[in-house]
Amino acid sequence: MTETTFGNAAQTVASIQSSYVAQVQRRRLYGGLTLLLFVILMVSGFNVADSRNAGGFWDGLHQIGDYPADVLSEAWEKRADLPALIVKYFPALVETINIAAVSTLIGAMGGLFLSLMGTRGLAKWPRLIPLFRRISDIMRAVPEIVIALVLIFVMGGGPVPAMIAIAIHTAGALGKMFSEVAENADMKPVEGLASTGATWSQRMLLGVLPQVAPNYVSYALLRFEINIRASAILGFVGAGGLGYELRNSMAWGPGRFDEAAAIFILLFGTIVFFDQVSSRYRNRLTEGKGQ
Amino acid sequence: MSAMDLGATKFEAEKLFQRKRLIGFGIPAVIAVYFIYIFFAFDLPGLAGRANLDNAVTLASDSWSYKVHVTRDNRTGEISYAVEGERKGTYPEGQRPDWVSGDEVTTIDLGRGHIVRYLPDNRTEIEIPGYQLIEVQAQGRSLTTNLPADLPDWISASNRRVGITTPEGRITLTGARTEVFNYFAGWELFWFTFDSPYHGQSLATILFGERLDPERSNLSGAFSDWWNNAMWRHKDVAWAIGETILMAFLGTMGAAIIALPLGFLAAKRFSPFMLLRAATRRLFDFVRGVDALIWTVVLARAFGPGPLTGALAILITDTGTFGKIFSEALENVDQKQIEGVSSTGAKPLQRYRFGVIPQLVPVLLAQILYFLESNTRSATIIGAITGGGIGLMLTQAIQTQKDWEEVAYYIVLIITMVMFMDWFSGWLRGKLIGRKD
Repeated sequence: MTETTFGNAAQTVASIQSSYVAQVQRRRLYGGLTLLLFVILMVSGFNVADSRNAGGFWDGLHQIGDYPADVLSEAWEKRADLPALIVKYFPALVETINIAAVSTLIGAMGGLFLSLMGTRGLAKWPRLIPLFRRISDIMRAVPEIVIALVLIFVMGGGPVPAMIAIAIHTAGALGKMFSEVAENADMKPVEGLASTGATWSQRMLLGVLPQVAPNYVSYALLRFEINIRASAILGFVGAGGLGYELRNSMAWGPGRFDEAAAIFILLFGTIVFFDQVSSRYRNRLTEGKGQ
Repeated sequence: MSAMDLGATKFEAEKLFQRKRLIGFGIPAVIAVYFIYIFFAFDLPGLAGRANLDNAVTLASDSWSYKVHVTRDNRTGEISYAVEGERKGTYPEGQRPDWVSGDEVTTIDLGRGHIVRYLPDNRTEIEIPGYQLIEVQAQGRSLTTNLPADLPDWISASNRRVGITTPEGRITLTGARTEVFNYFAGWELFWFTFDSPYHGQSLATILFGERLDPERSNLSGAFSDWWNNAMWRHKDVAWAIGETILMAFLGTMGAAIIALPLGFLAAKRFSPFMLLRAATRRLFDFVRGVDALIWTVVLARAFGPGPLTGALAILITDTGTFGKIFSEALENVDQKQIEGVSSTGAKPLQRYRFGVIPQLVPVLLAQILYFLESNTRSATIIGAITGGGIGLMLTQAIQTQKDWEEVAYYIVLIITMVMFMDWFSGWLRGKLIGRKD
């Protein structure tokens, strides 16, 4: 009796071991195949991209430094003008930051609305939750440049098309992040407020917002960082601000490289500055220091 | 608690409330003031003057409709019929739309009693219900009309050019040629152009019917004619979308591969040399701060326009971002698991492999897949700058300012592409690291 049990156990151990080894081998096989597939994809993808590019990768590799070197050397020759140029392009920088700030503000408001409407338990009209979620998905999926280019055609160049385009994308992106936060909000304050006969907007304003505000502000700050970059890029396709000036000065080519350098410096400095400031505030907000 | 304490507490509380009230009203007030400043800084009052509503109307109507041009060359007297007036959309010799009739006199029926007649000797008659019969004679470079001096606002006329806009279509007349535009809903020639034998055939005929082109089987012929459609360029569009996704894929994965070892160098726990750590971190900050826009500009000078340039721009920028995220993730690695592994006598490399990597992989994969989706959008934008992918096609289509139906088509494709990548990266994340919710 005991012997058989023992024998069974031994057999079980052996079978467990063999099945474990088989499992490990299978996993290694799958892992290896995945890795192989990935490497093939990367290499062939690189070759396709290389062949469809105007200049080849290996030819261009040693030229990477040429353009920055040209710009820098010319800017260094004319370094006396640089402060004046930076002052000259400062208004364009302000415009770029303004585009980012306004679109973040409007987008955050839109995202707040979309998130409250699209979160189970909070929505004013629960039946419309899928609708609001789809709306925010679509708004998120539209690259800014699509809306910006169409609006530039209708409204002419300038900051407003860029602002609207970035605001739409921001509303969609923040709508999703906000609603992930709102899903985890404690419902007790909301229920308490509901028992006092508070309206929907009062429940949201007094019951939900105070809980989620630090996270919301933190996400909005992160978005602001991203939007500064986006607004510079949209300027490049004609929406005003620093990107627009950069394209103009680049179109001139040699001779105006000092202007390009001034714009590079402004853009770089701005991005790094807002990166640092916002990451400091975000840390304070999410870790609950400072309050 | 004495009365004095109570007073002090009450005072404190009141101060707190006052501060909260100040914040509660102050922040909205600041935002409102900022909006007012923006209202003037962005020149919103002047926007109404700059905005071109005609453009908006053209855009909105052209995006879901197409027009057929009926053009008479007044020098040769030849009449041609073309979708959107493009050579690629010209009706084949001897064919014409069924709303055009007559030989000596070509009668164009625009619908609802709007009729244009091309008469011999470059004369044109236009019948519009509720208005007089308009007669125009083209001679050399000038036009003679029977139009009265005061014209309704849908007619513009000079002795060089007459333009008539009706709800049924548009007519423009110059000395050199007479043109009628007839509008229809839909995207014409989306499947096949006129030169394809499959044009105008129903799906059932193509699938099950007799062979339309003796050279090829219906299915492969139809596919190749659709794929090589000269008006809608499905092949080029598919390639462009492929390029955009390729840019995002190469950029994201390349950045992750480069950032992973660098992330170890920047993490306090794994990098003993302070100087090296600081240098790596500054490198991350630098490549992130320079931004994809500037990288694109710089790289386009070295590699020329194309998908590789876009991929490299994404790669360089995201190396900084990934490096930062990875090194933060590395610093938050739980020490206990590493201790557990090392207690079994594992060597340093094994400690990394079984102690660190398993903790790291979910975080890294989640970030990489999230960036893959977000970079698809960036690749569209970068493509518009550096010239590659669907972004470039969209920019070109918008800049020509006439193919709005193609613009609408590209926009639909771009949104579909991004939503697909969103879904795909979510699906892959679910497969690889399991769903959280």
